[in-house]
Amino acid sequence: MTDSVLYSVLLLVSLGVISAVVLYIVSKKFYVYENPLIAEVEELLPAANCAGCGSPGCKSFAEKLVNTEDISNLFCPVGGNDVMKKVAAKLGKEVSEKEPTVAVLRCQGSCDVRPKTTEFQGPRTCAISSMIYSGETDCQYGCLGDGDCVKVCKFDAMYMDETTGLPVIITDKCTSCGACVEECPRDIIEMRPRNKKDLKVFVGCLNEDKGGIAKKACSVACIGCSKCIDACPKDAIIIENTLAYIDPVLCTLCRKCVPVCPTNSIIETNFPPRKEKKVEKKVEAKVETKVAEKVEAKVEPVNSKMDA
Amino acid sequence: MLKTFPIGGIHPPENKLTSSKSIKRLPVPKVVNVPISQHIGIPAEIVVSVKDKVEIGQVIAKSGGFVSSNIHSPVAGTITKLDKIIDTSGYKKQCIVIRTDVKNEANFEEIEYPLKKEIELTPKEIVQRIHDYGIVGLGGATFPSHVKLNVREGVKLDCLIVNGVECEPYLTADHRLMLEKSEEIVVGIQILMKALQIDKAIIGIENNKKDAIDAFKKVTKNLDKIQVAALQVKYPQGGEKQLVRAILNREVPKNGLPLDVGVVVNNVGTIFAIYEAIQHNKPLIERVVTVTGKKVENASNFWVKIGTPIKDLITEVGGLPEGTRKIVNGGPMMGKAIKNTDVPVTKGTSGILVVSEDEASRGEPENCIRCGECVFVCPMGLEPHLLMNLSEKGLFERASNEDIMTCIECGSCSYVCPSNRPLLDFIRFGKNIVKKLETSKN
Repeated sequence: MTDSVLYSVLLLVSLGVISAVVLYIVSKKFYVYENPLIAEVEELLPAANCAGCGSPGCKSFAEKLVNTEDISNLFCPVGGNDVMKKVAAKLGKEVSEKEPTVAVLRCQGSCDVRPKTTEFQGPRTCAISSMIYSGETDCQYGCLGDGDCVKVCKFDAMYMDETTGLPVIITDKCTSCGACVEECPRDIIEMRPRNKKDLKVFVGCLNEDKGGIAKKACSVACIGCSKCIDACPKDAIIIENTLAYIDPVLCTLCRKCVPVCPTNSIIETNFPPRKEKKVEKKVEAKVETKVAEKVEAKVEPVNSKMDA
Repeated sequence: MLKTFPIGGIHPPENKLTSSKSIKRLPVPKVVNVPISQHIGIPAEIVVSVKDKVEIGQVIAKSGGFVSSNIHSPVAGTITKLDKIIDTSGYKKQCIVIRTDVKNEANFEEIEYPLKKEIELTPKEIVQRIHDYGIVGLGGATFPSHVKLNVREGVKLDCLIVNGVECEPYLTADHRLMLEKSEEIVVGIQILMKALQIDKAIIGIENNKKDAIDAFKKVTKNLDKIQVAALQVKYPQGGEKQLVRAILNREVPKNGLPLDVGVVVNNVGTIFAIYEAIQHNKPLIERVVTVTGKKVENASNFWVKIGTPIKDLITEVGGLPEGTRKIVNGGPMMGKAIKNTDVPVTKGTSGILVVSEDEASRGEPENCIRCGECVFVCPMGLEPHLLMNLSEKGLFERASNEDIMTCIECGSCSYVCPSNRPLLDFIRFGKNIVKKLETSKN
C-alpha cells in the first residue's frame, strides 16, 4: 500500500522535474525578442480591435507605431487625439492632430416619405439587395434598410429604427472607426467633423436623378434646385448631377441653407431652436394683442354707453 | 438511351403552355427605349442626338470595343431623349428613347423574306457583318457573336453545336422558331460552318420537342454534315458546358470555353439572326419573346422589337391577371423579376413570365440539414452549401479555391433545397466579390 503511494509520488515528481528542465531549455533556446515598447503602446490603445486604423487589430497597430519612423499619418480614430498624444509622448515621435469625426446617415427615406414599390423576398442583406436590384423603393441611391451597417458596428453605436426602416447612429457611442462606411454598398454613411456640441449641417440625400423623378420616389429627396447655393454665404455648397453637397470644411454651420430647401432634405442636428421662428411667433402674438386691443376698445365704448 | 450530361440536373415541371402558339407579330410600339448596354462587355457609344430622325436598322450606338456590339434603331422615328431608364438589372441605365413615326409606312411593313440558300460572302466578310449588324447570343447570355467566331490561329475547331435545347420551363421561343424557320436555321448553320471552316454541325434538341426534331431531320435529310441529336429532358442542358458534354462527351475545362475542346456553341435564335443578317441585310432589331404564365389569358410567342416596353406585351396577352405577384424577365429558373412594366425588351429577353401569388413565395429559410441534395443536383460538381456558407461568412478566398467562379447560376441547388435556403443568392454574391478581387489583383 505505502509502496504504491511512494512510487506514484516519485514518478510524478520526476516527471515534473523533467518537464521543467525541458521547458526551461526550450524557452531559452527559442526565445523571441519583442520590443517591450510594443506592449506598452498596446496598453495605451483602446483595445477595441476595430480595424478603423487600417491594421487588423490594436496589437498590430502598436507594432506599426513602434516600427515606423514617421507616424504622422497613422491615427487611431477610436482613441482620437488624446491617445495619439500619449503614444507620441511614449515613443518620442510626432503625431498630427486630426479633427474628430462622426458618422452621419445621408438618407432620410423613411417608409412614409419613400414608399415601397416592390418587395424583395431573398436574404435580407444590403450587399445582396444592391447586387440583385435597386432596392424596394424607386430610389436607387438611398438606404436599403437591411442593416449591414448595424451588423458591422462593434460599438453598439447603431440600431435600426423599426418605424422609419433606417439605421440610427448614436453619436455619443460612435468612434468613427469607419466600418459602416466601408460596409454600406450605397455609400450613404459619411464621416463628418464633430464639434463639441455635435452641431452638423448636411444634405440628407444622395439621389442623382432629375428633380421630378427624385421627388416622385422620395418626398424629401434633393432635387438640385440650387436654392441652398444662393443662400450660402461661404460658397460651401456644390451641386453635381442635380445633387447638393455641403463641404464640411467650408461650412460655418450658419444654417441659412436649411429653411430655403423646398424638400427639407438638408439636415441640421443638435442646434438650439431657431430664433427666426420666435420672431414669427412674436409677430403673430403682436397681431393677436392688437386685435384684442381693438376688440377691447370697441367693447369699452359700448360699456361706457351702457353706463351712460 | 438518349444522351444527356452525366452529373447533376433536375426535372422541374415543364409548363410549356405556349408550344403550340405560332409566333405573332406584336403591334409596333409608339415609343421604344433602347438601352445601350444589352450585351456582355463594354456598353455601346451613342452616335445620335436628340431630334435626329432615324430609319429602321440605322446604327444608333456603335460598339465601344472588341467585346461590344452595335445597336440599331428598331423603328423609323425621332429620337426624343437620351435618358436613364430602369432596365432588367433593376437599375437606371442609359437608354435611347425613339418615338415611332406613325406616318412612315416602313414601320408597318411585314416583310416575309424568301428563303435564300446561296452564301455569297467570304468567311471574313461573314464575321465582319455579324459584328456590324449587332448580333449577340440570344440564348440569354448576350455574348457578342463575332467574338465567338474570331478564332485565334492555331485553335482547331471540328464541330458546331446548335443549341435548341431550351431547357427552361415555360419558354417556347426557340421551339417555335425551330418549327417555323427550320430551313432558314439550317442555312444559318451552313453560314456559320463556312465562317468557321468546319464541316460538322450537330443540332441538340431535347426530346420533349419531337416536332422540332422531326422538322430538322426532314430538312437535313440530304445534308450529311448536319446531324440532329435528340437529348434526354434535363435542366440545365442548355448550358454550353452541359451541352458539349451531352452531345460530344467532351469535358470543357473549368474556367475554359467550348473553344478549348474544338467546339463552338450557338443558340438557334442567334443562328436565325445571323441568317437574316447575312442573306437579307437585316440587323438584330427584333427577337422572339414568349409571354406566358399559368393565369395569363392569351399566352403566346411574339416577334418583338428591341426596346418595346414590357407593358405592351402584357396588354397584348390580355393584361395582368388578378393575384399577380411577380413579372419575370426570362424563365422561372434563371430569370429575374423586373421592377416595373416600363422595363424594355432587350436582346437577351427570351420570355416574360407572369407569376401568381401561390407560385411566387420563396418560403422561410431554415437551417441546413446536410441532406446533400444541392451537391447531388449541381451540374458543375460543386458544393453549393459550402459555397453559400463561405460567401455568407466573407471567406471569399476559400470560396475562390472551391471553384465558386465555375458556377453557372442555374439555380438547381436553390430549387431542390428542402430548407428553402437562398443558396444561389449568396453564391452570386460571392462570385461578384471574387470577380472584383480578381480584377483588383490584376
